[in-house]
Amino acid sequence: MVDLYNNIKQIHEAYNKKLISPIELTKDYFQKIKASKHNAYLTLCEERAMQQAKKADQILVQTGQVPHDRFPLLGIPIGIKDVLTIEGVRTTCASRMLEHYIPPYTATSVLRLEAAGAIVLGKLNMDEFAMGSSNENSAFGPVLHPTHHDRVPGGSSGGSATAVKANLCIAALGTDTGGSVRLPASYCGIVGMKPTYGTISRFGLVAFASSLDQVGPLANTVEDVAKLLDVMAGHDPSDSTSLRTQKINYTDLIQTKYDLKNLKIGVPNEYFMGGLQPGVDSSVHSALKWCETQGAKLISVNLPHTKYAVAVYYIIAVSEASSNLARYDSVRFGVRYPDKAEQDLVEFYKKARSLFGAEVKRRIILGTFSLSSGYYDAYYKRACQVRRLIQQDFDKAFKEVDVILSPVSPTTAFKIGEKTSDPLQMYLMDIFTIPVNLAGLPALSVPCGKDNEGLPIGLHMIGPAFGDGKLLAIANAFEKGFRINHG
Amino acid sequence: MANVYEAVIGLEVHAQLSTETKIFCSCQARVESGKTEIPVNSNTCPICAGHPGVLPVLNKKVVEYAIKAGLATGCEIRLVNIFARKNYFYPDLPKGYQISQYENPICENGFLEITTKDFIKKKINIQRIHMEEDAGKNVHLAEFSLVNLNRAGVPLIEIVSGPDMRSAEEAGAYLRALHAILTYLDICDGNMQEGNFRCDANISIRPQGAKEFGTRTEIKNVNSFRFVEKALEYEIKRQTDVVQSGQKVILETRTYDSDQGITLPLRSKEEAHDYRYFPEPDLIPLQLSQKLVEEIKDTLPELPSQKKERFIRDLGLSSYDASVLTSSKNLALFFEKAVQKLVLKGWNILEASKPVANFLTGEVARLLNDENIEINQSKLQIDHTVDVVTAAKDGLLSSTGAKQVIAMAWKNGDSVNAIIEREGLRQVSDNNVLEQIVEKIVANYPLQVTQYLSGKEKILGFLVGQAMKESAGKANPVVIQDLFKKKFKGDHNASS
Repeated sequence: MVDLYNNIKQIHEAYNKKLISPIELTKDYFQKIKASKHNAYLTLCEERAMQQAKKADQILVQTGQVPHDRFPLLGIPIGIKDVLTIEGVRTTCASRMLEHYIPPYTATSVLRLEAAGAIVLGKLNMDEFAMGSSNENSAFGPVLHPTHHDRVPGGSSGGSATAVKANLCIAALGTDTGGSVRLPASYCGIVGMKPTYGTISRFGLVAFASSLDQVGPLANTVEDVAKLLDVMAGHDPSDSTSLRTQKINYTDLIQTKYDLKNLKIGVPNEYFMGGLQPGVDSSVHSALKWCETQGAKLISVNLPHTKYAVAVYYIIAVSEASSNLARYDSVRFGVRYPDKAEQDLVEFYKKARSLFGAEVKRRIILGTFSLSSGYYDAYYKRACQVRRLIQQDFDKAFKEVDVILSPVSPTTAFKIGEKTSDPLQMYLMDIFTIPVNLAGLPALSVPCGKDNEGLPIGLHMIGPAFGDGKLLAIANAFEKGFRINHG
Repeated sequence: MANVYEAVIGLEVHAQLSTETKIFCSCQARVESGKTEIPVNSNTCPICAGHPGVLPVLNKKVVEYAIKAGLATGCEIRLVNIFARKNYFYPDLPKGYQISQYENPICENGFLEITTKDFIKKKINIQRIHMEEDAGKNVHLAEFSLVNLNRAGVPLIEIVSGPDMRSAEEAGAYLRALHAILTYLDICDGNMQEGNFRCDANISIRPQGAKEFGTRTEIKNVNSFRFVEKALEYEIKRQTDVVQSGQKVILETRTYDSDQGITLPLRSKEEAHDYRYFPEPDLIPLQLSQKLVEEIKDTLPELPSQKKERFIRDLGLSSYDASVLTSSKNLALFFEKAVQKLVLKGWNILEASKPVANFLTGEVARLLNDENIEINQSKLQIDHTVDVVTAAKDGLLSSTGAKQVIAMAWKNGDSVNAIIEREGLRQVSDNNVLEQIVEKIVANYPLQVTQYLSGKEKILGFLVGQAMKESAGKANPVVIQDLFKKKFKGDHNASS
């Protein structure tokens, strides 16, 4: 029955028409989840979700129709990437280190969704501590691609993307540090957005790279992404990096029909210099051409520091990560071996830190090196300086254009195991998404085609800082218009 | 033999700020003051315990207090200052890093003026003051170690002096002056035993006149000014011995053993830490306005040096008395309140200040020093001082009697009147009673009287002494002396 619903509006219509109740829908989702082989969920919150569903039921009985003003997400079943804390619910970050960790508090982003009436079905699988691009780095097994089970769903929010596409929830929260929402959204054929840095609170988001991490919604439609963003966005006093800008109603904004006519679309030269999988190249170009037919202007832009972006990212992100993950020492929480006490502190730490997976260890060592005495200036400091240049590239470009379009990734979903032998190969999957995080800009992936094997291809849309509303409006117009024409 | 070597001493003081809550979360900041210690790990929250996903939010009061400390020490306040992570692993450091300030501290380039025992004034530079969070506490037992995070996240300011001190005495003077300022500002409780005010000393020696620094040792975990001075004295001698015997001073951390009076290397092997400092990404740069700094400046209370000058200028106190009184905020307040009470009783303020100052800098200062406590920790009340001074002025107490009363009030806190009555210290000043005694002595010692009248003035002391004996020590010696003089003058006149 869950396969009848593709978006929030449809579910609310069904509720209003009494075709189904929140309790019934929630039961159906759990049935589907349990039958699935994707390994998308790490923890299910059945009892908790049923309580939430019951409450939603009661509200509907009282009000008759879904009260959008008070509970815009009433009875909407969602999945939460296991990197966001929920009080009393096991949160693992897909790591052995936190295999049994029960947080004492709930992330602000999740609190806000639940306050809006959403039902949390469970915690979604991911790359360990959000480090990865394929969800093959989970300590609890990889997540399978929603339709092509021999392929990766992308990462690190692989569980989130697969769950949405395979209808194991109607929408999900992921997190995006270098593309971890947009990449899996692209590979799985759904919409995924990373808002302007600071838009959604990071309180309760287990930190990987503090200056890059952002919570991002994934759903089947741009409208649903906007709905989730509406509920979550807004200043949080618990997060000092949280924006204090005036709150916009994104859902309302995208309802106004956005004209692609005279829209100035930036096409970065550096992003189309070859190395793209043929299917990706042609799909993205078709999308661009279609925009032109709608009256948009394609304008070539230069982002000259693009070639440094991956290197800059893999210095800054790993440096911050090496510090953020220092707290995992098995002293206050985490797995502790109960047998005889360790001989000394070093032995104790060694045992604790051995719980990390290989990629996590790799990044911690890289980060420690970059920050260390004698190397800090040449690596971390220099990377921060180049980061500013990358941001300035975008600032300059956005003086000429309204939005920048590109592929999300050079390829479509690759086979499980295909890129695990060479970490650098894996890192290059994020080559288009990474600069966006470095510059703190809003960006999303919206489906724009499929390759020969039927694997989805996402169109990457980047907006100027704080331009989340306009970006969503453009994406909405593209999605509605392009889909109609191309199925 | 002239000093071949000079000592070079720099001090780092960590002062816990007396805010309501911790620096980055809403847990209570003051957990150790008072007699009862709260249950272990009961004053924590996910933030100060470093749980996954938590974020710091800066306590505004901490910034205000840090600015106060900077203004009171003549520092430049950096209007844009930045927090940084100091990374290292230790069980009492929940996040695996301490949020501190590195390249851009909130205060820089101030100074403190100290006065040595020889009354020489010296300026000690303060390089920087920065904000940071305290760590928890480890307790090491035989079989295992325990971690208590109640203190983790308590706000600290770290005050770093230049390597400007040249003796243990100068170091002690600096610490006492700094302590006085912080307590006057009411930003730090200043109790060294409770860990509010912690001092780490860096000390090295070098040949007189040399420009380069010698290898230093760091002395930690010393919890009183006196012990810091002693530790430094010992360390200077130890390093001198090492160098003079042809060896090299080792760069290491040492602690002071107060029982043996020596410094010892800390048990744990000290490896040079690479703290991998980088700007804290979870906190945005702190941007202060000059207006805010001015507003805070207006709220600064009278500082020790200002109070001292005022005591000298307006109350006519000596430099020594003013120094002693203002060395402790509590003592200065006690003095001012006692004087105020006398003024309300009709005393002239100058008349009131002298005797109160005398008691507090004499008898009371000695008692405070012996027991190493603050005046508000003693049983002595302001009324004791007021009553003693009043009784002395009224002639009810001799100077010896007054000292005895103070000593007893100190011991058991009884009221001055009760003590006078109980110990029979009431001095007799009644002229009629004393005249009778004088008559009696004159009658009993005619030889001495004749000697006095013929010019041997010193014999008056003997006569006064006899009168005192006759009165069992209760006569007011000043009145007795006056009465003798009057009588002899009168007799003299009468006989001429």
